[in-house]
Amino acid sequence: MTEQSVPEESAAAANGQSTERAAAPAFDVDELVENLVAGEHRALARAITHIEDRTPGYRELVGRLHEHTGDASVVGITGSPGTGKSTLVDKLALEYRDRGHTVGVIAVDPASPFTGGAVLGDRIRMGSTVGDMEVFVRSMSARGALGGLAAATADAVRALDAFGKDRIIIETVGAGQNEIDVVRTADTVAVLVQPGAGDDVQMLKAGILEIADCFVVNKADLDGANRTVQELTEMLQLERDVDPVVRTGHHGVPEGDASADGDGGADVDEDAADATTWRTPVVETIATKGEGVDAVIEAFDDHREHLQATGALEERARLRYAEEIRTLLREDLGAILEDEIDRRGGIEELARAVHDRETDPYAVADDLLAPIEDCVEEQRLE
Amino acid sequence: MSVEGEQRTIRCLVAKVGLDGHDRGAHVIARAFRDAGFEVIYSGLHNAPDEIVQAAVQEDVDVLGISILSGAHNTLVPKIIEGLEEYGAFEDTLLIVGGVIPDDDKQELKEMGVAEVFGPGTELETTIEFVRENVQDRR
Repeated sequence: MTEQSVPEESAAAANGQSTERAAAPAFDVDELVENLVAGEHRALARAITHIEDRTPGYRELVGRLHEHTGDASVVGITGSPGTGKSTLVDKLALEYRDRGHTVGVIAVDPASPFTGGAVLGDRIRMGSTVGDMEVFVRSMSARGALGGLAAATADAVRALDAFGKDRIIIETVGAGQNEIDVVRTADTVAVLVQPGAGDDVQMLKAGILEIADCFVVNKADLDGANRTVQELTEMLQLERDVDPVVRTGHHGVPEGDASADGDGGADVDEDAADATTWRTPVVETIATKGEGVDAVIEAFDDHREHLQATGALEERARLRYAEEIRTLLREDLGAILEDEIDRRGGIEELARAVHDRETDPYAVADDLLAPIEDCVEEQRLE
Repeated sequence: MSVEGEQRTIRCLVAKVGLDGHDRGAHVIARAFRDAGFEVIYSGLHNAPDEIVQAAVQEDVDVLGISILSGAHNTLVPKIIEGLEEYGAFEDTLLIVGGVIPDDDKQELKEMGVAEVFGPGTELETTIEFVRENVQDRR
């Protein structure tokens, strides 16, 4: 199986293989799960490959791994290109190892939208723990599958968790919705900023702010570091004053009675606010020298404790699973519909008919959906 | 495309090993592989054999391309093969070597388990074709 071109594959997928969801596994699921849980590196690596390739049987694999998960703490790290993400991840892994934890890293890099090819270079910066197999680094590319990346990342994290990794780090460029979805599979999200990045801070206001549980100003030995820290702090302060609930979690989960603090609660009654409101810290690091890395880990641990204390950890996990179920259903249903579209002459033909005013988009959609709706109705009544 | 719709992509590790600072060739081949639609993990310079093994195992690559221009291939390649065997990764990894390798050594490397040796002047297309044709179906 070495096909490269996407059209070929989707054609194959659409060619009447509507039973593919029940397709026989192309590998020995039992054996792989057994070896992975037993701590075999090769099995872990292969499991992630099946997850990435969506090899027939991968769903069963992920399903089987799920029961072994839930023990790892997962951290997501994002930021603009060149802010030092890989270097920080490398030093974090080293520090975790010093503290006796095992570490898994998923480094996500963009793929070429034209060829699907990619050069995954994060590994180059991860030299501190080289030779230590307790640090498992895996590079993943976006492979152009919209939305699929977050799912694949979540499943790869599951594999690392089931393998028994204590700490899992997801690293990705913070460049769009796709990446934001990726880091959201983590319990704690750190956003990396470099000094003098005035525009970056502007950008943060426009979107990424909500997902940050911790800001890291890297390259803190450069000019302008203080100013960047100050800007971030002010921005966060402003955010808190506007709405004390907003900072409680990036999924906007209302927790406890945070809202009961009311106006200005953060200022008047600091202690009460602290119990329920997460104050996003701004940590300075010089990743190349390993400076400030322990402070970052401390911030991660604090955040996790906070999530546990407020019950948000569980809440977040449940929300993630809910979203995952919805995504899976959408994709599966989408695939069934793709098959249907093909049976009716393909999307081009349908589009042509709409263009020629023979029909309209709603009629086409209703037409395609009708048999599915009928089917659902029948089955439900039984 | 369905969730189960397969997305098999060839994964390669392009590795520089030992005290050899010439990485132009490795860069060129990494780019060519990328443009051919492969996922390429590039190791950077000056890796010890066990570092290469670790990367190859963890990344579960289909192809391991080792670039050596230092003349130390007879020492370094066997160490990498040994390491791959230790993790059960030797059998289904396509091992290729690029660089300046004397003809006599070429034969020896192939006997060790190197699938092919590509010398100076090899067309990029030749290497890509070789990979496409020889990469294993690993199930």
